[in-house]
Amino acid sequence: MHREVAIIGIGLSEWGELWEKSLRDTYVEAALKAIDDAGIDRIDSMYVGCMSGGLFNDQEHLASLLSDYLGIAPVPAVRVESACASGGLALKMGIIEIMSGNADVILVGGVEKMTDVSGDQATAALASAADTDYEFHHGITFPGLYAMMARLHMERYGTTREQLAEVAVKNHFHGSMNPLAQYPSQITREMVMNSVMIADPLRIFDCSPITDGAAAVVICPLDMAQKISKHPIIKIRGFGHATGPIALHGRAEMCALPAVSKAAEKAYQMAGIKPEQLDLVEVHDCFTIAELCVLEAIGLVAKGKGGEATVSGMTRLGGKIPVNTSGGLKSKGHPVGATGVAQAIEIVTQLRGKAGKRQVEKARIGMTQNMGGSGGSSIIHIMEVL
Amino acid sequence: MSVPKSWREMPHRYRLEAGKCKQCGFIGFPKRLICPECQSREFETIRLSREGKLLTYTIIHVGPTKFNDQVPYAVGVVELKEGVRLLSQIADCDLQKIKTGMPVHIEFRRISEEGEAGVINYGYKCVPA
Repeated sequence: MHREVAIIGIGLSEWGELWEKSLRDTYVEAALKAIDDAGIDRIDSMYVGCMSGGLFNDQEHLASLLSDYLGIAPVPAVRVESACASGGLALKMGIIEIMSGNADVILVGGVEKMTDVSGDQATAALASAADTDYEFHHGITFPGLYAMMARLHMERYGTTREQLAEVAVKNHFHGSMNPLAQYPSQITREMVMNSVMIADPLRIFDCSPITDGAAAVVICPLDMAQKISKHPIIKIRGFGHATGPIALHGRAEMCALPAVSKAAEKAYQMAGIKPEQLDLVEVHDCFTIAELCVLEAIGLVAKGKGGEATVSGMTRLGGKIPVNTSGGLKSKGHPVGATGVAQAIEIVTQLRGKAGKRQVEKARIGMTQNMGGSGGSSIIHIMEVL
Repeated sequence: MSVPKSWREMPHRYRLEAGKCKQCGFIGFPKRLICPECQSREFETIRLSREGKLLTYTIIHVGPTKFNDQVPYAVGVVELKEGVRLLSQIADCDLQKIKTGMPVHIEFRRISEEGEAGVINYGYKCVPA
């Protein structure tokens, strides 16, 4: 019988294009907020998710650098990488260390400082999450890979351009109620469909932005949380993690996300729940088409029905299952290594009942779905407020 | 891309060499050391056919630096006769007339250049058959 785990502290740094802030300061800003929120005075171990300090900042060896600047060295620290799912992976690794009994109070953070390089260089750095030799070599980009998924989804299931646009419209509507969102302005379907073409059929408003930012949470054993936490207790009820080919053409079904489906299956099993029991979900909407494919992969809608469900309002605040109440990657921002941790922060905020105007009523069980590349990895967490 | 990598990838990129599993017939492109289907470690080297069909595609309007002088250009996933898939640019075609399912032929082409003093990367692109 393993130990159960709870999230007792959350912290987000400022998110945006933060030329005046370094990677280390951005991370420490989020970490200190999480530590203050948890009200703890010790950290036994730390996990940091970061996709590429090397390509974005010429900086590796991040775990030690960040432990030093957070003032917690010689505490052991680990940096983990799974492309855009690095943050979710950091959370999973922290949970496992608590389950193992090796540590009690763990800081889990994620960070990406993406604007130290030009837009072109950032695009190239992100492209290293695809198969460099067999995809990027031929001039494909990440919007291009998702565009190819979108084309298949449209031809096979009749998904429309308007349905894709509605994902962005909905997420910006949610983001407009999130004071921490990078792009909190509301947009219309027409704005999405008339925006600059990036990779046909995807336009700039189908794409998540480039963001500097960090996110951190403090986790500890559930019984300890019940003694020391001043917040509602948020228990980790389950998680799932799976991998798949990182090359899109390596997947039998190119508009499905088998790693996401597998991770979801494992998470539901561990949590002992069905998708219908979820009150809200944060999903990895790096592109509008990604949100539709994820809704299908995690079993919220049938295959091919993501677009219809989105237009029906099912995933909007007030709908049957609100998706991305934070604004998602699209409106809130997407500092890739931080995203998985930030998704957990939105769920904790909602389960605590502190989400303000975007609060989901009677939210008890929430889920995060974080994804690397075009779906080559995915990590899912299910949380419940006790 | 580095010179060693460019040299190392020549069999795949220039000759479309692949590894066929001697036990179950799975074809790995690029070659693999263990079969993901049956775990056999015995492969024979084969050359892929240059005929296939387009499964999906996109038209890149904002490309990586190395390809910026080529935009807009088309990239797609091709399934060859053997069932093997690869991603490549779609060349010599009217971008408006590309359709999923259309037959394509794989040709040897220049892919990109590494600046004035760098290597020129050659490899495969597909063209309408």
